[in-house]
Amino acid sequence: MALFRERCAQYVAIAVLFTATSVFAADTPNTLLPTINITQGEKCVEPTDVIRKEHKYFLLHQRDSTLREGVRSKKHSLKNCVNCHADPKTDSVIGEEGFCSSCHSYAAVTIDCFSCHTDKRESNAASLK
Amino acid sequence: MSLNRREFLGIGAAVTAGAAIAPGIRLIELVQARSLEEAASAQQRWGLLIDTNKCTRNCTACVDACFVENGIGNKGRPATDPQWIRKIETKDPSTGYTHSLPVLCQHCDYPPCVDVCPTGASMKRADGIVLVDKHICIGCRFCMMACPYKARSFVHEVITDQKAYAPRGKGTVESCTLCVHKIDRGDGTTACTEACNKGGHQAIIFGDLKDPNSEISKSLREKGGRQIRADLKLNTGIRYQGL
Amino acid sequence: MSKIQYDTIEGRSTGFLMLLGIFGAMVLAALGASYFMEHNGHYVTGMSNQIVWGTPHVFAVFLIVAASGALNVSSIGTVFGKAMYKPLSRLSNVLSLTLLTGGLMVLVLDLGRPDRIIIAMTYYNFKSIFAWNMILYNGFFVIVGIYLWTLMDHNVKGYARTAGMAAFIWRLTLTTGTGSIFGFLVAREAYDAAIMAPMFIIMSFSFGLAFYLLVLMAAYTWTGRPLGDAVVTRLKNLLGVFVASVLYFVLVYHLTNLYVTEHHGVERFILLDGGIYTQLFWIGQVIIGGIVPLLIFFTPAFGKSRAVLSLGAVLVILGGLAQMYVIIIGGQAYPLSMFPGMEVSSSFYDGVVANYTPTLAEVLLGLGGIGLALAATTFALKVLPLLPHSLADKIADPHYKAESA
Repeated sequence: MALFRERCAQYVAIAVLFTATSVFAADTPNTLLPTINITQGEKCVEPTDVIRKEHKYFLLHQRDSTLREGVRSKKHSLKNCVNCHADPKTDSVIGEEGFCSSCHSYAAVTIDCFSCHTDKRESNAASLK
Repeated sequence: MSLNRREFLGIGAAVTAGAAIAPGIRLIELVQARSLEEAASAQQRWGLLIDTNKCTRNCTACVDACFVENGIGNKGRPATDPQWIRKIETKDPSTGYTHSLPVLCQHCDYPPCVDVCPTGASMKRADGIVLVDKHICIGCRFCMMACPYKARSFVHEVITDQKAYAPRGKGTVESCTLCVHKIDRGDGTTACTEACNKGGHQAIIFGDLKDPNSEISKSLREKGGRQIRADLKLNTGIRYQGL
Repeated sequence: MSKIQYDTIEGRSTGFLMLLGIFGAMVLAALGASYFMEHNGHYVTGMSNQIVWGTPHVFAVFLIVAASGALNVSSIGTVFGKAMYKPLSRLSNVLSLTLLTGGLMVLVLDLGRPDRIIIAMTYYNFKSIFAWNMILYNGFFVIVGIYLWTLMDHNVKGYARTAGMAAFIWRLTLTTGTGSIFGFLVAREAYDAAIMAPMFIIMSFSFGLAFYLLVLMAAYTWTGRPLGDAVVTRLKNLLGVFVASVLYFVLVYHLTNLYVTEHHGVERFILLDGGIYTQLFWIGQVIIGGIVPLLIFFTPAFGKSRAVLSLGAVLVILGGLAQMYVIIIGGQAYPLSMFPGMEVSSSFYDGVVANYTPTLAEVLLGLGGIGLALAATTFALKVLPLLPHSLADKIADPHYKAESA
């Protein structure tokens, strides 16, 4: 009998803990999927399924060729991505509905780029195909 | 001799065309603009020649221009605020002679900062510009210990609203990039050089040290130029006259 | 010398738990301090663009140097075959591993981007002495780990000599590398000297043995095990020799600089008018860390008092910290000599002695390194049989002659 009571107490404790942690979810909007607002351009520089999986590798390669070799091609440049994908209201790609941060927070992958790179589109940027 | 109208118009057109093209010719002399897809090449070596006799104590045009160009803010904490270029005032205690000159990253040919960087973030580009690859900088500050010119700054605070062409972030080390974004764009100059010329001082010449016909090479050949701490044999890209 | 029996300590007493608690608290404080520094940026510390490496680095380099020296006891037993040191070897290995862990923790947590430590271990610039040090530190864990295994597992006992020799050479390379971090820097007058590497080696002997002696005496006293005078006297005399050697290297370093006119400025700064650096040099490094311990170790009257000997070892450690502070921070405080002979001023603190005040966060981070090292050692003593059951003279002293009653 004592063992049964102890077991019950354990299960109740676990259940309470689980529901208690949902308190921390209070301020995040309850979206099941990331919100992707694409407002400019007809298409991306790469097909959607390619860019979704490989954009990290494009950026990794581009950053070395730009910085270390001085090649400034626009196609995979981060600046180009930002200029096109920046939210028209906030001018930024991060923030609650930012293009980059929306998917990245859904996938729980930290973005390191914007500690150094500006997340805002350039004021004189033209959108590029 | 008298000119008829046709001859006058012809000469006038030629002079006007010449005046329009001449600045263009100067620009092409200064820099061979690369296309965007082209890598930097070891055929060129960018440098500055600073005639410090033209520097005055109160002038900080080069410093201010650098701050504006690269988006370097001032938090009112001079010990930790970054400075990519600064004016140094020297005084010879035995004679009383005073002098003023700007000191920045010297873009050495044998940079001690590049030697000591554990990850290779501190690097020298093919055309001689010494840069920090902030993607792999771990913020150990060993390059700052190693630099004989105290050229490097550590970013001690969070930075926002960076310029798109000059990414900068907390926890990494930075220094003068010789306005690499302007060079690659084909501007053919740096912000400090531009500001100095605009202010009428004409103390700084930017150019290709490997091109014997560039203005900088000619001036070095005719009037000479010295390195700061030349005994270290680092073969700096920044040369000074009047030191 | 009869066969040595090793066992673990019981590790259940209040004292043991209190020790773990205190050291654990130090580590937690360090983690909190590191988060504070990293989250806000280093402007909350005393470090700046002038004093680039501060109190955390003083502690980190000190612990790393002591770690390499703590292995000395083990090397003397295995590599040089001195019988009395053999029972002391296991603790020596473990202490060197834990001290290195503590030092590296402080170093990594102070980085501007500690989240990029994986990059530091995968992108290497092989011209950088810092990169070599990373390889040497990681290799140290592996080699000393294997060495410890050969000491403890009698199936592989035969390999102890090889492992010990490898560890000895690796350790000398590591400490040479640590000293060369400063010795290879051409920019600053206080560095750029070949003597930095061997001076760091002799410093490692001194600090490492001081730590070892303190841990050994504490472990035996607090667990009620016998520790005879033979062992203590031998270690005390050896420590005295090392302390004297460090003073010799410091003397040579400064004498050379004093002879060279070019370096008169920095020598005057350290030895005469550098304020806190001058005080730390003479009072901290030379007197407290050198002369007083020598008096303690070599005066026969103090030879029998364990308390006084412990004090001597503590003073060596304090003097060592002072020495690191003078080298690392004093060396940066003195201005760069870009225009020799000229008075220089600018908006970037050129030409002036740089100011530095340690902040609480930095000190907590540094102390956390010591906390981690000692917490790990304390825990290791409980789970591994590191200590001989008895180090009384009749067991530990190879020249023991039973006294007639």
